[in-house]
Parts: sequence; structure tokens; C-alpha cells
Amino acid sequence: MQNELHTVHLTINGKQFERDVEPRTLLSDFLRHEIGLTGTHVGCEHGVCGACTILYDGQPVRSCLMLAVQASGHAISTVEGLSANLKELHPLQQAFWESHGLQCGFCTPGFLMTLVPFLETNPNPSENQIRAAISGNLCRCTGYQNIVKAIQSAAERMQAKVA
Amino acid sequence: MKPAPFEYLAPDSLEEAVSLAAQHGDHAKLLAGGQSLIPAMNFRVVQPAMLIDLNRVTELRYIRQNEGGALAIGSMTTQHELEIDGQVPDRVPLLFEALPHIAHPQIRNRGTLGGSLVHADPAAELPVIALACGARLKARSREGERWIEIGSFFQGMFMTDLAPEEILVEVVFPPMPPGTGWSFMEASRRRGDYAMMGVAVLLRLDGEGVCASARLVYLNAGDGPVDAHEAAASLIGSKPTAAAFEEAADIASQKEIDPFGNIHATVDFQRHLAHVLTRRALEQASGRAQRARAN
Repeated sequence: MQNELHTVHLTINGKQFERDVEPRTLLSDFLRHEIGLTGTHVGCEHGVCGACTILYDGQPVRSCLMLAVQASGHAISTVEGLSANLKELHPLQQAFWESHGLQCGFCTPGFLMTLVPFLETNPNPSENQIRAAISGNLCRCTGYQNIVKAIQSAAERMQAKVA
Repeated sequence: MKPAPFEYLAPDSLEEAVSLAAQHGDHAKLLAGGQSLIPAMNFRVVQPAMLIDLNRVTELRYIRQNEGGALAIGSMTTQHELEIDGQVPDRVPLLFEALPHIAHPQIRNRGTLGGSLVHADPAAELPVIALACGARLKARSREGERWIEIGSFFQGMFMTDLAPEEILVEVVFPPMPPGTGWSFMEASRRRGDYAMMGVAVLLRLDGEGVCASARLVYLNAGDGPVDAHEAAASLIGSKPTAAAFEEAADIASQKEIDPFGNIHATVDFQRHLAHVLTRRALEQASGRAQRARAN
């Protein structure tokens, strides 16, 4: 049955959810419309822009190129899960804010979710590594200069915290 | 920009997947990493009545060395898993060198080796690498196993030798003979875009420093990975000199490839890129072959 609903159980930002979905529901639409987490943005819906990037079992992936039904039993993190409370930003978010790493902000959640695991595995990245890491995220406002600066500043900040 | 309705099945063993593929055949499409199939479904270019999702078939995700030094890779192994595996750089350095060129990190976290080969996109890297390396492919169906030589696998744009009820389960990369140098180069407008042109080179030098075997395979240069036999043959039996590389680049770029051109690059520009990339890749591969011989 093509319209048959499948029950999915998944963890999103540490919380358990259970929903019934049509197989054709994209994970990006599921997060936005079923769960109400509209921080995951939908740009191109064919895997080019990176705005819908989320963490799937800790790895950045395009949520528009996955079906919600595939995510059953898996753990997802979205931009809403980055900071522990509404008063304090994640160091990466703080760095984007301070270095003007965004203008309209549409692409920002995708950049952030791409970069969180990147900075965990590359705590002291070169500019070239940074540019390779963000190659799959498009930004139409900043020209990327300030995004690169924000990432460098976040890396320093996060290292200082560890030290 | 949303997929049309379809039925969804997610087997969790290969046996079950094989039996579903046999039962549904042409009616169903197999879903691997989904990094090409899902966009095509979002655009409704493809509207399968059923998807058989292989992502829960974990027995198809492995990288292991066979006797004789070949590397056997399960078809559902992701491109990212290949990038971080310790055996790939030594065993199949050509593959290792091409991996970072495949789209973007987020895509490589989902995209699989088997999915890319079966999709058979002429602009993709992995079909070119598999052909250059002379990989062997193992397919499974209800009838049993079948081994396919890579030379007969690609059957034109987005077409392969696989029957609808067959599942690609393993890709075996043979060991690289001693004295072999390698190189993979491509040119794209932006990092991670489909390349306008690309080439994979394997070059083996004998004890005298004479070219004993050569392979040149191109992407985005025809209706599948293009194996430039004539250019490769022109190198064999001579020393790896700039003049020899120039001649091979002439033959490959002018006679053997058949690029289509697109908004990013005209056919003439693609041929020009093929020429430049061939020369550079041959230089790099021959340098590596010389160092391999010296060690």
C-alpha cells in the first residue's frame, strides 16, 4: 500500500518521539511539520544547498535526501539542540554572531550542523580544511569570508575551553 | 519537489532483500545511500512504485583484505567509511585519492560505493576508479551469485549489466602490482560540483624504468567511464617522458573521449581539460611509480 503509514521511533535532540508517517515524507519535512522543529531549513530539496543539514547518528547529512521512515531507531540532532538553554549560545553560534558569519541566516543552521562534528575531529583546522568542510553549504549573503573567520574564532574559543 | 507515493520495504538481511528483489523485480527500485535516487524522486524524474531500502542490511557494510592482498568492500559501505579506513590508502591508493572529490562531506556520509557504481553516472568518480583498477563485482539474486568483470558492467548512461532482481553485494579491488604509480585529477567550477572533466591514471614501470602497463579512464567524457585504450597503449614500451605524455594526451583528448559539453564547459574546453589533466596525471603517476621502484 503506497499510502500505508509506518510507525517510526526516533530520538531528536535527546528526546524520544513516535509518529506515523507516509514513506514519501522527507526527513526534512518530518522535522519541520511533524515535530515542529523549523530550524532545519529547506532550500533546494536536491542535496545542493546544505541548508537542511542535520546530524544523523552524529554525522552531518542532508535531511532532504532521506526519508523519515529510514530514521526509525536512529538519533538526530538539529540546530535547536545546540545550546542547552535560550540564554546561552553554543560557542560556534556565538562566534557566528560576533564575526558576522550570517546576514539573512537562512543557511546558518546547515552550516552549524556541518561544523559541530567537523570541529570535534579537527579542533585546529587550516583555512583550506575549513573551506573544504563547508563546500557543501551555500551562502548567498556573506561571501563566506566572515563564515571562515567565525569558524576560526570558534575553534580558538573551543580549544581554550578544553585547555 | 516531493516524491510521488511509493511502497516502502526495509529488509534487515541480505536473504530477505534478495527474495524481495526477486518478487518485485522491475516494479521496485533498490535504495542505497539515496544521494542520487532521492533527488531524482524529489524532482519526480523517477517515480518507483516501491523502494527496497538496503540500509538495514548491515552485512553489506565491510572492508576486508582477501588472500593475495585484494580489498573486498561490501556494496553498502559509505564513501566516508572508505575515506577513514586504514587499509584503503595502501591497498587502493587511486580510490583513496578520488574520494574527497565526490560531492561534499554530507553526501559522502550517506553515499555508498555500490550505489554509485549501480547508478552508473558518467560524471561520477567511483565508476571510473573501479574501471581503472579492474575491480570485480559480485551480484546476488535468488539464482545465486554471479561475478561480473568491470569491463562489461557499464552499458551506457545510467545502465549496467545487472538484472532487476540482482543486488550488487561486493566490489573487489585487486592488489596493485609493484612499481605502479597512480593519479586522479578532475576540474570543476566549484569544489564538490560534478567535474567538467576528470581522469584516473595507473602506470607501471618495469625494472628498466620502461612503461610496462598503463590505464587512462575519463569521467564526463562519454556515456560512461571512458577507457582510453589507444592512448594507454601508446605509452607501453617507452620511457615516461614529457613527449610520450603529450602524445598520449593528444590521442585521448582528440580521438578517444566523446564529451557532450554543457553550460559549464563546451566540448572543446572539455577536450582541452582532458589534455592538460592527462599530462599532469601521467607526470604524477610516473613520479610515484619511480619512487615505488626505488623503495
